[in-house]
Amino acid sequence: MTAVRIRVCGIVQGVGYRPFVWRLATELGILGWVRNDAQGVEIAAEGDGVERFVERLKSEAPPLARVDSVTASVAAIEGHVDFLIAHTEASGRAATAIGPDSAVCGDCLADMFGPENRRWRYAFTNCTHCGPRYTITRNLPYDRPQTSMAGFVMCPDCRAEYDSPADRRFHAQPNACPACGPRLALVEAGGATLAGDAITATLRLLRDGKIVAIKGLGGYHLACDATNAAAVAALRSRKQREEKPFAAMLANVASIAPYAAASEAERALLESAERPIVLLHKAAGADARLAGIAPGLAWLGVMLPYTPLQWLLFHEAAGQPAGIDWVAAPQPLALVMTSANPGGEPIVRDDDEALRRLAGIADAFLTHDRAIVTRCDDSVLRLPGPQFIRRARGFTPRAIRLASAGPSVLAVGGYLKNTVCLTRDDEAFVSQHIGDLDNAPSCAMLEETVERLIDLLEIEPTVVAHDLHPDFFSSRYAATFAAERGLPLVPVQHHHAHIAAIAAEHGIGQPLLGLALDGVGLGTDKGIWGGELLRVDGRQFERLGHLREIRLPGGDRAAREPWRMAAAALHLLGRGDEIEQRYSGKASLRQMLERGVNSPPTSSCGRWFDAAAGLLGVRDVAAFEGQAAMLLEGLAEVHGAVAPLADGYAIDAAGALDLAPLLARLCDEKDAGFGAALFHATLAQALAKWTLQSAMATGIRRVALGGGCFLNRILAAGVRRALEDAGIEVLEARQVPPNDGGLSLGQAWIAMKGKD
Amino acid sequence: LTHGSGGRAMVQLIEELFARHFANEWLAQGNDGALLPPAGGRLVMATDAHVVSPLFFPGGDIGCLSVHGTINDVAVMGATPLWLSASFILEEGFPLADLDRIVASMARASKEAGVPIVTGDTKVVEAGKADGVFITTTGVGMVPEDLTLSGDRARPGDVVLLSGSIGDHGMAIMATRENLGFAAPIVSDTAALHGLIAAMLATDAEIRCLRDPTRGGLATTINEIARQSGVGVMLDEAAIPVNGEVAAACEFLGLDPLYVANEGKLVAIVAAADADTVLAAMRAHPQGSRAALIGEVVADDHHFVQMTTGLGGRRIVDWLTGDQLPRIC
Ligand SMILES: [Fe+3]
Ligand SMILES: [Mg+2]
Ligand SMILES: [Zn+2]
Ligand SMILES: [Zn+2]
Repeated sequence: MTAVRIRVCGIVQGVGYRPFVWRLATELGILGWVRNDAQGVEIAAEGDGVERFVERLKSEAPPLARVDSVTASVAAIEGHVDFLIAHTEASGRAATAIGPDSAVCGDCLADMFGPENRRWRYAFTNCTHCGPRYTITRNLPYDRPQTSMAGFVMCPDCRAEYDSPADRRFHAQPNACPACGPRLALVEAGGATLAGDAITATLRLLRDGKIVAIKGLGGYHLACDATNAAAVAALRSRKQREEKPFAAMLANVASIAPYAAASEAERALLESAERPIVLLHKAAGADARLAGIAPGLAWLGVMLPYTPLQWLLFHEAAGQPAGIDWVAAPQPLALVMTSANPGGEPIVRDDDEALRRLAGIADAFLTHDRAIVTRCDDSVLRLPGPQFIRRARGFTPRAIRLASAGPSVLAVGGYLKNTVCLTRDDEAFVSQHIGDLDNAPSCAMLEETVERLIDLLEIEPTVVAHDLHPDFFSSRYAATFAAERGLPLVPVQHHHAHIAAIAAEHGIGQPLLGLALDGVGLGTDKGIWGGELLRVDGRQFERLGHLREIRLPGGDRAAREPWRMAAAALHLLGRGDEIEQRYSGKASLRQMLERGVNSPPTSSCGRWFDAAAGLLGVRDVAAFEGQAAMLLEGLAEVHGAVAPLADGYAIDAAGALDLAPLLARLCDEKDAGFGAALFHATLAQALAKWTLQSAMATGIRRVALGGGCFLNRILAAGVRRALEDAGIEVLEARQVPPNDGGLSLGQAWIAMKGKD
Repeated sequence: LTHGSGGRAMVQLIEELFARHFANEWLAQGNDGALLPPAGGRLVMATDAHVVSPLFFPGGDIGCLSVHGTINDVAVMGATPLWLSASFILEEGFPLADLDRIVASMARASKEAGVPIVTGDTKVVEAGKADGVFITTTGVGMVPEDLTLSGDRARPGDVVLLSGSIGDHGMAIMATRENLGFAAPIVSDTAALHGLIAAMLATDAEIRCLRDPTRGGLATTINEIARQSGVGVMLDEAAIPVNGEVAAACEFLGLDPLYVANEGKLVAIVAAADADTVLAAMRAHPQGSRAALIGEVVADDHHFVQMTTGLGGRRIVDWLTGDQLPRIC
């Protein structure tokens, strides 16, 4: 008989790890105890099968745990008589605070769809391996009274599960059943509750082409039948969202085929416990089957049900089958599930707010009496990578591990797609997607998110980082926050932050090159940057080069109207007289460009994309941010790869990359598909050559690709391939989006570095 | 016309020109300063340096602008404007004919407003050291004993009134300066507002504050009031009058009319109960015929100025540190 002390590090608290250890010990006849402490989990084990016990701790874990290390050391035999789950060590703070929300697990589905089970068709079924966490928690420690389950007193059956280490629901804080837990209600637009079964009635409404607001984990969704073109059109007109794509919810991966193609990896991502929206290649005929969901785009956002409530709608549509065989079988129901965020404000969370703000949009509300504490949108990813487009539910507040520890930083992000980031030792906690800070509720959500994360993570920031732009709410908030606490402020240049975000998640401590391509960000010279080649060394950076500047006729309006960028390109090419020919009645734009009226020069790469899209006639006015570039990428993909344009670019002595020759060629191109392909191929080659030149000059052989333009897969893949062929190490954003959603992480990393 | 080296002869020429246009009893005194009669109350003094390019624009010129601007600054304090001073910085080589036009325009504006220019000064600087002509005017007015208008008096529940369309002046200047041939000409709104203000004050309504939204436009003015008073403001986009050609020009240029300068408009913060009374008085006056209730004061710790937009959204109308810097990433 031997005795060992075992230390387990990683995400091992609040995920059923101790009962897992208890069951394993019981099975193997091991005696001792298991407890949580500041570093994770500690185990005292003695018995004859200790080696086997340690082996299995290394190879097995409960579904939501992430074990980083299991280390065992020999200990004295203490003569235990049983195996206990000890109370949490009071000293020190919990190493892992609180987990993200997780999709309902298979065992819980079996409970819900077992006609004899007491949770038959129960919309709040969960266990230690699944269910809500972040969105229901008000405070630490993660314990039922600190969650929005506090008001629901467990019935004896639920209590017994909760108290039994052998049970899947041992210490499952949101544990509930129809007898004691939250209840559903279907409410009319006027506020009156409709009688009858809420699920049955909701499905009937959806099948009748109605729009139903459905309370989810992190906020309300607006749902309608995705195959009903009239319902989708009604949703668009009521939401005043004419073209921006909607995501579709399908029962399972077996139901995707009519609408999209999904690879093995994409299926796995769709089925992961995080259950993100995954962008898939549309199948032929998808636009006819799902008219108006993602008009004109090559991509369709798909997600699978992740709450019991969502599953119940599919179960209802399948005719309330018993058992779980149907769960994996193709199901015809396809739902639009779009965040209810009227006017670009944060997703609607509160019930009375839903009734008020969604009054003109939803015909009915499928709601319940468990409060949502923290807003959290659906996450959006795509492969390869996977790459985040939006990081939220399922991922926050999971930490990103940094290469080294540093002071606790609050970084407040940018203006669009805002997130905030707090650091603690060597961990960075990037908040869920907050949104665009052009409206007061989003600004309030930023403040609330900072306060909640500070509470939940028990962090006291000592430094505050923000963007250089003086007019962002985030920058002003940072100044106020720092002034009130007497903390130092670290202003961070936008593109420096984009590159730093990638350095942070990849644990890079040495200088690296950064190719930062995006819309616009304020430069250190007060210029409007956006296509930058940087040398980044911690808090320092050097601008090695930038894209040739092009005028932005009309400032931000030029970002929404690609025709303006096409006109700016014509002007740049000395072909200003063609502006009037192409855009009749818009001759004044030439005057604007010539006189520089509200037409600041910018090195933005995104605006070169807009110029190309405009010149090729792809789109004159974008219906949503980034649409022209997305359409251009789609056209290029459909067309297929072409050879880059010879002499399509030039690099001047000062290090500026000039794409004017490429645009000159596109001016006269009639085939938009070919033009789009040519643009991508030439741009990727030009960027790679440009970067290589700096790699040679600086001797740095590592490059980070940051900024929203790298959401473009053709561009990212093209640049990566060319650089890797030349022996350069290429890093991309994997744990946060490459766009402004990742800025806060980069800002935090820079502020942690300290001055030197 | 050129003036050689700015010698004595030229100064004399200018002085004659001023004397001819501005003729009044105080200038006739011929002293270094004007000796003024007792005003009989609290005095308000405001000064404004006027620099504008081009000097002549549809609806006005730097001359009348320099009179209106200062009269308005005095008048929004609740004061009756009484006297003005004017100081000129002239660039050597400035055409005398242009100066004559400008001074005539100033004299006309001063006469129409009933506010005489009682003292002044002129300096000539070398060519290249100034942009034609700069005019600084100072105004003195008298404010009734019981009247205090101040930007810190806005309270939640108060309403925001606007005397007419916004953006006309700034866009008239820009369209002329940049020679942007828009279909319909845009005319500056430059005007003296003390008559309108007198009509408003005559209602005895609870007016908290008056402001003329000049540089930085309506957005900047409302933000100043919100911050001074520690409140928020909710504006209604649809209620804010913007002339069609101004709206079109702004859209084309990518400018937000809320940030474009006005020279003949005022914003009033008024107790809600008196809104109709004041609005009626404004509309009865020619300069307030298009007056509108454009929003309300709300409690808000952030002191946000927000606007409900046509699309059912609400956006923040920010105060800007400088120009409208691009921010779409
Ligand atoms: Fe950016
Ligand atoms: Mg002034
Ligand atoms: Zn479960
Ligand atoms: Zn129960």
